[in-house]
Amino acid sequence: MTVSFRTASGGRIDRDRTIRFTFDGTAYRGHPGDTLASALLANGVRLMGRSFKYHRPRGVLAAGAEEPNALVSVDRGGGRWTPNLRATQVELHEGLVATSQNRWPSLSHDVGELNDVVPPGVFSAGFYYKTFMQPASAWANLYEPFIRRAAGLGQAPSQADPDHYTHRYAFCDVLVVGAGAAGLAAALAAAQAGARVILCDEQAECGGGLLGERDAVIDGVPASDWAASTLATLSGDKRVTLLPRTQCFGAYAQNFFGLVQRLTDHLPHPDPRMPRERLWKVRARQVVLATGAIERPLVFPENDRPGVMLAGAARAYVNRYGAKPGDRAVVFTACDSGYAAAHDLTAAGIVVSAIVDLRPGPDGPVAATARGAGLDVRSNAVVTGVEGRLGVRAAMVATIAGNGLVGPSERISCDLVLMAGGWTPAVHLHSQMRGKLRFDAEREMYVPAAPVEGSRSAGACNGTFGIAEALAEGFSAGADAARAAGREWSERDWSPVVSGEIVPDGGFHGAVPHDRDVQKVKAFVDFQNDVTEKDIRLAVREGFRSIEHVKRYTTNGMATDQGKTSNMNGLAIAAGSLGKPIPEVGLTTFRAPYTPVTFGAFAGHSRGDLFDPIRRTPTHDWARAQGAVFEDVGMWKRAWYIPRGGETMHAAVLRECRTVRETGGLFDASTLGKIEVVGPDAAEFLNRLYTNPWTKLETGRCRYGLMLNEAGFVMDDGVVGRLAPDRFHVTTTTGGAPRVLAHMEDYLQTEFPELRVWLTSTTEQWAVIAVQGPNARAVLQPLVADIDMAREAMPHMSVREGTICGVPARLFRVSFTGELGFEVNVPAEYGQAVWEAIWAESQKHGFCAYGTEAMHVLRAEKGYIIVGQETDGTVTPSDLGLDWAIGKAKPDFVGKRSLARPDMLKPDRKQLVGLLTVDPAVVLEEGAQITAEASPVKGTAALGHVTSAYESAALGRSIAMALVAGGRSRLGETLYVPMPNAAIAVTVVEPVFLDREGSRLDA
Amino acid sequence: MLLIRCPYCQTDRPELEFRYGGEAHVSRAQDPSSVPDAAWAEFLYMRTNPKGFHVERWRHTHGCGRFFNAVRHTVTDRFLATYRAGEPKPDLEALAREAAR
Repeated sequence: MTVSFRTASGGRIDRDRTIRFTFDGTAYRGHPGDTLASALLANGVRLMGRSFKYHRPRGVLAAGAEEPNALVSVDRGGGRWTPNLRATQVELHEGLVATSQNRWPSLSHDVGELNDVVPPGVFSAGFYYKTFMQPASAWANLYEPFIRRAAGLGQAPSQADPDHYTHRYAFCDVLVVGAGAAGLAAALAAAQAGARVILCDEQAECGGGLLGERDAVIDGVPASDWAASTLATLSGDKRVTLLPRTQCFGAYAQNFFGLVQRLTDHLPHPDPRMPRERLWKVRARQVVLATGAIERPLVFPENDRPGVMLAGAARAYVNRYGAKPGDRAVVFTACDSGYAAAHDLTAAGIVVSAIVDLRPGPDGPVAATARGAGLDVRSNAVVTGVEGRLGVRAAMVATIAGNGLVGPSERISCDLVLMAGGWTPAVHLHSQMRGKLRFDAEREMYVPAAPVEGSRSAGACNGTFGIAEALAEGFSAGADAARAAGREWSERDWSPVVSGEIVPDGGFHGAVPHDRDVQKVKAFVDFQNDVTEKDIRLAVREGFRSIEHVKRYTTNGMATDQGKTSNMNGLAIAAGSLGKPIPEVGLTTFRAPYTPVTFGAFAGHSRGDLFDPIRRTPTHDWARAQGAVFEDVGMWKRAWYIPRGGETMHAAVLRECRTVRETGGLFDASTLGKIEVVGPDAAEFLNRLYTNPWTKLETGRCRYGLMLNEAGFVMDDGVVGRLAPDRFHVTTTTGGAPRVLAHMEDYLQTEFPELRVWLTSTTEQWAVIAVQGPNARAVLQPLVADIDMAREAMPHMSVREGTICGVPARLFRVSFTGELGFEVNVPAEYGQAVWEAIWAESQKHGFCAYGTEAMHVLRAEKGYIIVGQETDGTVTPSDLGLDWAIGKAKPDFVGKRSLARPDMLKPDRKQLVGLLTVDPAVVLEEGAQITAEASPVKGTAALGHVTSAYESAALGRSIAMALVAGGRSRLGETLYVPMPNAAIAVTVVEPVFLDREGSRLDA
Repeated sequence: MLLIRCPYCQTDRPELEFRYGGEAHVSRAQDPSSVPDAAWAEFLYMRTNPKGFHVERWRHTHGCGRFFNAVRHTVTDRFLATYRAGEPKPDLEALAREAAR
């Protein structure tokens, strides 16, 4: 294709090099320095997207981050698919593959466009809320899928993102956001003062609006040359960090800023080791906001046709990119900046057929100069419509008569209509910092009222529009910021001489008058969301008063562009309908991010194996070699079951349980939390933190400890062994270890600081090997040198220190299976060696290694609870039948007072019981609800729920535990567990299924 | 991310090192058994939840491990002061006046 819409010369593109790219499968050519939008325009491509709701054909509106229409998906191959990118920000590179969105089958023939010709009002404001009401079930099956297909943005990627992303913390004296005139001057001043400066800009090339100036001269140098030389100065300063392609998207408390830097999207063949994006977390002593301003569209019928664009954008395309957005233009303006566009387009060889100025008398020097240049300037005039569906063919232009009525329209042939509605300061970051805004009534714009502490706004975002004024204000702001950051510098003023610019003056808000049938035309306010002038008026008529509500009802200002071009016009129309001045209607809240940020940038390296730390026990490799299947418990990998010879999980768990009860098994219990509680007041401390009494526990003995929170609910449990009068070995649940230590520290530091106690986490210091089963003693005895393990010498619930396999050990006689059991604690680095020695010995007795699933079944057969499974933060010791664990003689412990609250004593509290299904083969589902009747009336409250349910090898049937209202008074009752097919009948029993007298423990 | 001054370490450290601990100066009775039910429920469950300056507990979990108290504005997240556990509650109005200067 011939490149027919390039200017003859000029611009910041490299005309000597050609880049090939495709858009919707068609090959095009562009140059380095192009964006996708400028390259498409230079190729004569106007149609770049379809609108969200009506599927109207759309072209590019803007030239920067505010673009609402030209959203594209970019495919970088290998699953690298990014939807909803603004073509105005996509840098062209060799081989770029971009596609348009929200159209089928193609951009120029889109079936969805039928939405645009349905009768007026059908798709108006609140359409979704009004139409898709009933039945509720249709939402999931019908409405939502339909809406998602019909109205939408790009497709989400279908594969995992193969790129990686990185994070970086940074600190500086002065952060300057935006590298236009004000930002460059601020950075220059701050750097000259010796400050450490970070200067970031969203674009590939720093310079902002200066890059799009044709005639402006700063201190005798063309504006873009001044920008280049200033950048050269800054980049030569080691204290200055220049970050192009970096969007400051969020401002957070204490001058903390989120920046995202694009590192590889612009490269044709990026090094795969390079991160795609870097998230900068910047802490700045001071910040200068120099974020510029966004041009407002004018709201008139058919103002969304491809070829209608912002005047400033058109200037940028011809001056900076050497791309002509059309051949023949009509400039519709309410601001002097429209004239700058007219001059620049004329210079680029585009015929400007008319300047249609909305203002009554633009008879100042700007209009005079334009007339002098031979341009047709019409004052008090409006564009009342645009012809052309896939591209502008003509503009209808009329004059507003003295009585305010719009006169007959004249048709002016053109393929380009520019809109210059004035400029809206980009106050987003100032507002995110909770800065107040002030409505400048004369200029009709919101500007920062007063700077937030540690920050200042400069240039167009502060309502300061001329280049000279922006440079001076930026320089002064940079000097101030450096001084506030502690740099001593006396120079603070710079008064540059600027010529050749037209300073933007004037503007318009709201909808412009026209003579068309308002029911039949669409004058767009929010291009991305297809919100028209009449949608906003309708919302006000229907009773919406708050601008926040109008926004949500009409969707004005929502989606990826967040209303950058639409908020002020929408606000003005709402204010007009309400008959109130703009500041009384308010402004919607600005929230981060300023532009969309990828999930990848936020996630950084925290994905896959690095999402969370992985904790492995000392026997992990051994278990893996045995074929263990692991489960995640907190951050731990625990052996779940260890299948043999192709066993199913079901078979493996039954075998493991049977083997433990018949002879014995080994279990890795290293994940149990362990806390060493040491000090002269250690026993008293435990007295206050656990329900149980500890003072009289002898050295060498253990006790089951139950821990409550202050509200009286069970929060943890575990065995505690006393090693010396002032030393306890406390164990906690696997998941509860950090919480228990924090709870203990809290009370020790803040409620009982007088106690002389020290707490140390020893979870990772000890490997714990549980040796359980009738032959447990026989297996361990040969390996233990200096501990008398005889039945009487070392009874159940005792602890000894000695050596096992020559390794110092703490040997507990404890059981979580109901069998004779020991838990061997050895230093973690000896864990696997000791495990292997015990394993070898145990094989003489036919032991197995068992996993967490068998452990759960074995403990359930004995009715031992698991905190977090039988409890849920609303369960008391009494609910669990654990009254015996409460030291009744103790005056106080954490939670004791709460146990006496009336609600804690009600007889209908949910209590732990056992459930036996009438059909012994049926295993209940954990979490299933329990009712008194098989078919309860809809709305009946459940009596409780199943907490644990297993098939028991020892009992040859299923067993379950449950929390049931008034459960202990229901023993023998038949209850029901309603399931989708039928209710399951169960009998309520005591929650101990095996060896109730405990003879096996005492073996 | 907030920077929080640990009154024990005497340095400003990132929020990630700390764990929030709820409202401060909610003291546990010396003899809870003598506290009436309603007052005990108040102690357990009722907090001030102000819009403005809030006196609250923090723990320098991934640092010195100590609990301390802080005065933070719940709208701006601005910290007016941090001080050690056991020290008296500061005069909020005086702090706010000083901060406004």
